[in-house]
Amino acid sequence: MKTSMRHNSYLGSIGNGTRSMWTGLKLAFRHLFAATERRESMGVEHEDYFRQQTGIVTLQYPYESLPVPDNGRYRLHNEIDDCIVCDKCAKICPVDCIEIEPIRAPEEIGRTSDDTPKRIHAARFDIDMAKCCFCGLCTTVCPTECLTMTKAYDFSEFDVKDHTYAFAEMTPLEILEARQKLEEAEKAKAAAKAQKEATGDTTPKPLTEGTKPKPAFRPKVKPVAKPTEHTEDDDDPKAKALALMKAKAKPVLPKPQQENKDATAGSPRPKPVIKAKPVIKAAPEEKPDAGKDTPEEKKAEASGAPKKAKPVYRPKPVTRKPKNDGDR
Amino acid sequence: MYTFLFYLPFLLLFVVFAVYAERKVAAFVQDRMGPMEVGYYGLLQTIADLLKMLQKEDVVPMAADRRLFQFAPLLIFAAVFTGFAVLPVTAGIAGAGAESGVYFLLAIVSLDVLGILIAGWSSNNKFALFGAMRSIAQMISYEVPLGLSVIGAIMICQTLDLQEMSYQQGIFSDSPNYLLGIKATGIETTQVGGLLTWNIFRAPFLLPLFVIFFIASLAEANRTPFDLPESESELIGGFHTEYPGFRWGIIMLSEYGMMLLVSILAAILFLGSWNTPLPNIGTLALADWTSGTPGAASGHLWGAFWLFGKTFLLIFMQMMARWTYPRLRVDQLMNFSWKYLTPLSILLLLINGLWRMLMI
Repeated sequence: MKTSMRHNSYLGSIGNGTRSMWTGLKLAFRHLFAATERRESMGVEHEDYFRQQTGIVTLQYPYESLPVPDNGRYRLHNEIDDCIVCDKCAKICPVDCIEIEPIRAPEEIGRTSDDTPKRIHAARFDIDMAKCCFCGLCTTVCPTECLTMTKAYDFSEFDVKDHTYAFAEMTPLEILEARQKLEEAEKAKAAAKAQKEATGDTTPKPLTEGTKPKPAFRPKVKPVAKPTEHTEDDDDPKAKALALMKAKAKPVLPKPQQENKDATAGSPRPKPVIKAKPVIKAAPEEKPDAGKDTPEEKKAEASGAPKKAKPVYRPKPVTRKPKNDGDR
Repeated sequence: MYTFLFYLPFLLLFVVFAVYAERKVAAFVQDRMGPMEVGYYGLLQTIADLLKMLQKEDVVPMAADRRLFQFAPLLIFAAVFTGFAVLPVTAGIAGAGAESGVYFLLAIVSLDVLGILIAGWSSNNKFALFGAMRSIAQMISYEVPLGLSVIGAIMICQTLDLQEMSYQQGIFSDSPNYLLGIKATGIETTQVGGLLTWNIFRAPFLLPLFVIFFIASLAEANRTPFDLPESESELIGGFHTEYPGFRWGIIMLSEYGMMLLVSILAAILFLGSWNTPLPNIGTLALADWTSGTPGAASGHLWGAFWLFGKTFLLIFMQMMARWTYPRLRVDQLMNFSWKYLTPLSILLLLINGLWRMLMI
């Protein structure tokens, strides 16, 4: 009250102005003198992070930088040697920034560092970091933990195309060879099948699988929540939800084909291992322990359950238009 | 002649390092580091900027008045630089021996306004014109308190010659100085010198007048609380919006030259010019030791040291003011000048006149 009265009078406003200017100048000088010391570059997880409240706060960035927390999510990196090209990352990606071009191999082409067999070549494994939303879902679903988010955050480019990182290491020649091999293998298989049919030994299973594309991969993806990555804790529910949504909403057209190839190649069946739900896919359990990492979804294929799941597919967007009109 | 030879290179050197200092002060006040890349601790940053600036193409806007546009920066710089002619540097280097030094200085510096008007008008750019108009309104308004505060100092010293003023404020004074200027006390401080013979101690009411002078000189130099003519955030660059490269550099040079000029003037009028601030205390003849002999090398060095020490302190205060206070609005600016500074300086002028009566 007193101050406001003084503020309104001529002399009062002079005094008030002088006082506030003096206060401002003191503040400026306090900062000027505090500039003799600098904050150390410590991350937010450091216990002394909030200790120093004065002094210079900026870093000379290219030379110094704050440490990135262990659970920081920045540029993606794929250790292609450990990648089994399962395509899960591409499927779960909310912004579709991962593009994979798989070439199935007729036989096992190697093992990852955690001893998972690799059966698919990655002719292309591109991640477009310009699209990436850094949600970390792909690293969560990755069965071999080859896809990780690194601490590198400064990767600006002059051309947006340079944001596409290619992780596949195959040369065009290798890709060509892989394709040829696959073709040959398929031919051989077809020939064998024809021969079998000719001999009267009808094996319906491979046939059905070859013809019906859908059943492949129509899973309820619930079990995906595998605690592979540190980023998971907060994402988990979301990840599940997303995975579910995706599985339902998208009739994934191109994928089944690939999955089928898998099936026809002979390697595919082995997957079905222990699954929480008792789907009795008894028949072809050739090597049950092999797929300890990628088991969950694959098993679902032949069970027949997926067919039911498919119809869920609902066209939601229709409802919107009338509302707009009403607004008008 | 000597001052010309001295001040031209000195001004150029000063601008280079003043820009650097300005950026560093700004950075430290804002908890940043400022330029760190070019040279040790960023010392050569301004030189790098200058080199870049000199390489710029000399563009004259198509719709601009070409001749005036090219002439304006020269006029601004000439007006500011001519002011240096009458400034003394030391007891031995007096500058142009103009009896009416202060008036000449104030008059010639006012020409600066003309240059700014020409620059703003000839650019044919609304922002430039706005800047020029504001600049004129501001400079003319603030010349009133500035002139009045200078008159206060003139009244105390009874002279317009800046070198004579300087002599009066130290141990080399011809006329006797008394404590606080009051002859009745009978304490003569002529031989004590130092702080006690400075104008602001000879006549204590020059101290508030000095503050008014400082504020008004900020406005004269278009410095921040009063930088409406430029005001980057509103008018892009104000009156020099359209100026490229070297011509812009000249405008900037004269702006920093203006800072230097008004700071030197303040130091001469109020803060004892090139006299030492240290008084003689009995046998501890600090003033004698730190003054040298007038005309000799020691006198030159000490004189220049003290004068520019005070000047740089004032410039530092100008910078601190810039990074502390926000820009005034146009109406606030006018209010401040006409309603507060001008009446106050008239009142102080009266008091100083009375004080002068005590001094004789």
